Amino acid sequence: MSDESVFSQQFNIKGGDFSNAGKVSTSIKEILKDIGIDSSIIMRTSIAAYEAEMNVVMYAQRGLLTLNITPEKLHLNLEDKGQGIKDISMAMQEGFSTATEKMREMGFGAGMGLPNIKRNADKFKITSVPEKGTSLDIVFCLNKKG
Amino acid sequence: MTPYFHTIRIDEEKCEGRMHCMRVCPTQAIRIRDGKAVIIEEKCIDCGECITVCPNNAIVPLTDPFGELTRFRHTVAIASPALYAQFGREILPAKILEGIKKLGFDDAIDLAITCGEVSFAIQEYLREYTGPKPLISCVCPTIVRLIQVRYPNLIDQIIPIEPPRELAAREVKKKKSQELKIKERDIGLFYLTPCPVKMISIRQPAEKGRSHIDGAISISDIYGPLHSAMENIEKRSYREALESICILGIGWAMVGGICRTLRLKNSLAVSGLSEILKVFDDIEQGKLRNIDFIEAYSCHQGCVGGSLTVENLYISYNKILNLIETLEFEQIKACPDIREVRKLYKQKYFLIDGKFEPRPLKPLDKDLAIAIKKRKEKEAIFESLPKIDCGICGAPTCLTFAEDVVRKEAELTDCIFNLPQKFAELSEDLSGLLNKSVTLGSIRPYLKKAQKKKEEK
Repeated sequence: MSDESVFSQQFNIKGGDFSNAGKVSTSIKEILKDIGIDSSIIMRTSIAAYEAEMNVVMYAQRGLLTLNITPEKLHLNLEDKGQGIKDISMAMQEGFSTATEKMREMGFGAGMGLPNIKRNADKFKITSVPEKGTSLDIVFCLNKKG
Repeated sequence: MTPYFHTIRIDEEKCEGRMHCMRVCPTQAIRIRDGKAVIIEEKCIDCGECITVCPNNAIVPLTDPFGELTRFRHTVAIASPALYAQFGREILPAKILEGIKKLGFDDAIDLAITCGEVSFAIQEYLREYTGPKPLISCVCPTIVRLIQVRYPNLIDQIIPIEPPRELAAREVKKKKSQELKIKERDIGLFYLTPCPVKMISIRQPAEKGRSHIDGAISISDIYGPLHSAMENIEKRSYREALESICILGIGWAMVGGICRTLRLKNSLAVSGLSEILKVFDDIEQGKLRNIDFIEAYSCHQGCVGGSLTVENLYISYNKILNLIETLEFEQIKACPDIREVRKLYKQKYFLIDGKFEPRPLKPLDKDLAIAIKKRKEKEAIFESLPKIDCGICGAPTCLTFAEDVVRKEAELTDCIFNLPQKFAELSEDLSGLLNKSVTLGSIRPYLKKAQKKKEEK
């Protein structure tokens, strides 16, 4: 798609890179502010993007986050190469986490990541192949509230 | 044109466009145009960082001169705890208040006791609050403005309690007008301020209500005269003077003072704008949602670091800390009655008059599709720039320059790295012109003929 009114940008996320964690969601936030997206949607997008980014940092080797914006909707797609998720319904439960002791010491792994993405998004889809990777589709509607 | 009132002015005579201010501005609100600094009003949050760094002293805060006092029948000075911090244990608040009266004010009011009341009110608010966390203190007007401009979605996390200076002014006016039987508007209330931003919060409160304060006089203006005025005041007993100090209130002069004196465990105290930006970014990402309260000051070390103070900020920080420690050691607790505060709190005595409204920056365009197009343009321009943030174009960074170009507030050729290209274009134009003169040369004979014909006629 090369339509002028479609914005598309890709971001690489490196697994285990805690010192740069959060940079991708910060740049996404800056883009949305420039474009003039409603501030409540910016807040929700930036939380979802942050959680998705952290999941790559914590559990995968690498990930590719694609941001697509059209006048109607905002779409985040994340494809990662990593350990994947064995039981998705379990992973979607609040408080469930496979984080290591060390990650918890750093303040991560509260088991709120995926539930938080789902709560903030208008549409949310997750598929995963264990030992291969996980794919997330997160959509926010721009025309109407909620 | 602009609806925003600012207390920061640039003296064009003194400004040499040396870019210190432009580089330090946390909201990228300064540009250099035609060799002089210019402030973009809608972006400015009046933090005063530029005032401190200007090597030419060309940026001046707008505060009230002493002469303003004559406008009123009765004048009252409100002394902020940051004023006490200038003197510490050597000169205690009781004597400072006496000294202020000698300067020509009819009365001088201690603000620390009101700060103490507000500390308790904050405690009550924290206890009842159930919304998203952390809550953010509203005492520093720069912080409130920063949130309005850069973090509009955190606006409901600002504690909607009147800052002590406003509360004290409101109550003093009420009390004095009854006591003296004069109208409230005949009473002039002057805040002795450590920073210029308090002045704006007086002229244009963030919550769009009305301020009860009539003017602000900078601590640096009053410091000298106050020192001499205090010379002849007889010393009261040390203990007696100590006992009049509200420990909860004097902590308001320094960062962490509220948390420390209220013994708030799950709170953070942050000062200095660059630090604040990091912390607020984290809040926006939901990283700090387990924290209850953030005590935030734009100046380093809190109000003691205000640009209109005199004493070195680390020294005055220590002075207040020593005073707090002395009071703790002597077990002096001159505090407001918490039951009384709770009663007033229930009557909404502490709540702000109005609501904080966001003041988000203009997007690149109102129309989403055009904004997307412009954002792409901005990225393309940014990619073509050297990305060394030299500032010669007049914008603080290459990225802000790219944005200025897209917004048509700057020309691409303002970047000196684009000059070779401009020269290339110019020389092309020039050779084009030369070629034209060559064609002119080839038609010259015909021109001569035409002239001859004219002469023959």
